[in-house]
Amino acid sequence: MAKIDLIVRRAKLDGQDVDVFVSEGKIAEVKPSAETLEAGDAVVEEAFGLTLLPSMTDVHVHLREPGFEYKEDVESGLRAAAWGGFSNIMCMANTKPVNDNGAVTEFMLDKARKHWPDGPRLFPIGALTKGLQGKELAPMGELAEAGCAAFSNDGVPVESTKIFRLAVEYASDWDRVVIDHCEDPYLGVAAGVNEGEVSSRLGLPGQPDVAEAMQVARDILLAEYLDLPIHLAHISCRRSADLIRFAKSRGVKISAETTPHYLTMTENILEAEATEFDALAKVNPPLRTEDDRQAMIEALNDGTIDCLATDHAPHAGYEKETEFDVAPCGITGLDTALSVTWGLVRDGVLTREAFLRAWTTAPCGIFKLPVNAFKPGDPADFFLFDEDEDWTVSPATLHSKGKNTPLLGSVLKGRVKTHFIAGKKVV
Amino acid sequence: MKWLHKDLLDVSRLSKAEVMAIFETAGRFQELQERPVKKVPTLKGRSVVLFFAEPSTRTKTSFDVAGKRLSADTFSLAKSSSSLTKGESLKDTALTLQAMAPDAIVIRHWCSGAARFMADRLDCSVINAGDGRHAHPTQALLDSFTLHQEWGDLSGRTILILGDIAHSRVARSNVILLNMLGAKVRLCGPRTLLPPAVRNWPVEVYSDLDEAVRGVDAVMCLRLQLERQKDGLLPDLREYARTYGLGMKHVELANPDVRIMHPGPLNRGVEISSELADTANSLILDQVASGVVVRMALLFLYMTRKGEE
Ligand SMILES: [Zn+2]
Repeated sequence: MAKIDLIVRRAKLDGQDVDVFVSEGKIAEVKPSAETLEAGDAVVEEAFGLTLLPSMTDVHVHLREPGFEYKEDVESGLRAAAWGGFSNIMCMANTKPVNDNGAVTEFMLDKARKHWPDGPRLFPIGALTKGLQGKELAPMGELAEAGCAAFSNDGVPVESTKIFRLAVEYASDWDRVVIDHCEDPYLGVAAGVNEGEVSSRLGLPGQPDVAEAMQVARDILLAEYLDLPIHLAHISCRRSADLIRFAKSRGVKISAETTPHYLTMTENILEAEATEFDALAKVNPPLRTEDDRQAMIEALNDGTIDCLATDHAPHAGYEKETEFDVAPCGITGLDTALSVTWGLVRDGVLTREAFLRAWTTAPCGIFKLPVNAFKPGDPADFFLFDEDEDWTVSPATLHSKGKNTPLLGSVLKGRVKTHFIAGKKVV
Repeated sequence: MKWLHKDLLDVSRLSKAEVMAIFETAGRFQELQERPVKKVPTLKGRSVVLFFAEPSTRTKTSFDVAGKRLSADTFSLAKSSSSLTKGESLKDTALTLQAMAPDAIVIRHWCSGAARFMADRLDCSVINAGDGRHAHPTQALLDSFTLHQEWGDLSGRTILILGDIAHSRVARSNVILLNMLGAKVRLCGPRTLLPPAVRNWPVEVYSDLDEAVRGVDAVMCLRLQLERQKDGLLPDLREYARTYGLGMKHVELANPDVRIMHPGPLNRGVEISSELADTANSLILDQVASGVVVRMALLFLYMTRKGEE
């Protein structure tokens, strides 16, 4: 056996007390805790019975650098990721300039290496089309070479189905998966509120769930026709889940993600007396109905939806403290995702298995990223988690620059205490 | 009645008893309208800011007259004529207004929820004079007050609201208030101008105007924003007028006594025939008169709130 350089003692892994042996950044062995331990010159981290979880992967993050550093930059985004339990994050291309050339990709990666040399690892997502304009394909070869792990026009979805088809085909030459933000460009674009009961009463123009589901259907048909994979971003409604389930039963290469907010919040937030018209709950796709929320939980548990992602979308405080129509869409999520989704596991709503799949193996499988399943040779990416620690969501407790979450003021349970990435302590 | 509300954002937060108190107060001010000197010193020394981020001569003038008849000082802050326009956020506008320490702010804004946004940030009373497509409580109150003057109790009456319901804050507030007062509400308009979830509202929905007007006691026409045609929501104004324009023949289908209302300004020949707007059935000018006294009542109740506590 290779030389052990880190031992994490007495951590609780799925109900068992274990010791984790790490060698050269990789898991060497995980075994039931021993009374005594021959540590040699290995570093010993005493876990004191804290919960041990594999680091999570977030395939949908907006870091805002370059261009909008006042909302978030690479350093602050990775800080939120490290404290949030994430070892891998993929960041979207809607920066300024857009990440549609190798220089921008390299700039982001340089920033990441400079501020967080030991991780979390950053995997930029290149634009599908130049300038996110939806007109000409981005130079995906150059982008892939510079380090882009996937391609997406998220933020400004491609309008033309023809261009989108070409992008999916071209991306496959570089062995990269395309991520689609599913939104019919004409049906209530980025309204930030679901079209239905609540939007009708509040007099807000809404975005219907079919605006999403129609694009999901289009992507399913395209993926089947081209026999190429397409990943569907931030799925929010039952109609989409039903279509994805059908596609998977046919063997179509479709994968999908949903976010913690679609699992835990509904449109009703917008007409509750205390939070009526609260732009902090304005997100695209919008928070939907209770039935849609239930559908997201079902689809995650049965594997119809492969993974979770935060769609972390930081904005400055003043941008959100404005009229609902004027406020930008987006909710920050890196800091709160773990507490929120682990809460669903604790409450028996989400299975532990689905939680682990959705935050670790599935996203890493789809995008070919390093993943820890505590098997020998896996990257030693894991964290110690105090399941019982209560913390109040406030500007001070969020590591992200973006404080825009409707959870502000609420008390969540569970905090990361220590985080190792490739055997190195980052938190 | 002890008035407990700080703000008037929509009629939904009022009780029926409170609505009756508003009507009763408005009724008292109505007698004042008939005197040669129409001014009382009730709100002397108090100030009301009229913040109209969306232009509206009618509503603004109505509040202005209401405030002045109560001897309040009224200040206008129109969007075009103030520095509170380009680039300044609504939050900064709120802070600026707050610094002027008015006793009440009347706000008209193109965004749904803007009045609520201001109310959360201001110590003084905020009266919503129309926010986006959301609510227009003072219009709904003056509409019901006008009918109350005609009939007394509204319960058992059937009222049709006709036209562009989807974009209408007047319709939204009226649906709530008329239901509260016991009236039956019908809505009629093309499907493209009905709210998506209208089937779950406490109303009957019609697409055929001839059917919709049968037996109703009053018709409230809504103003059609002419740009709806450009939005693709209707083919053209001629077809709209033919299908959903209220004309003399509808009076016969309803009953000879049917009351016709319109919040103004009218597109004559579009939502209502010119002829009908000027008949004895029309309450359109009564609505304007009611507007002043209802707004006097509201300013009085909200601005003397502290003194009565
Ligand atoms: Zn998106």
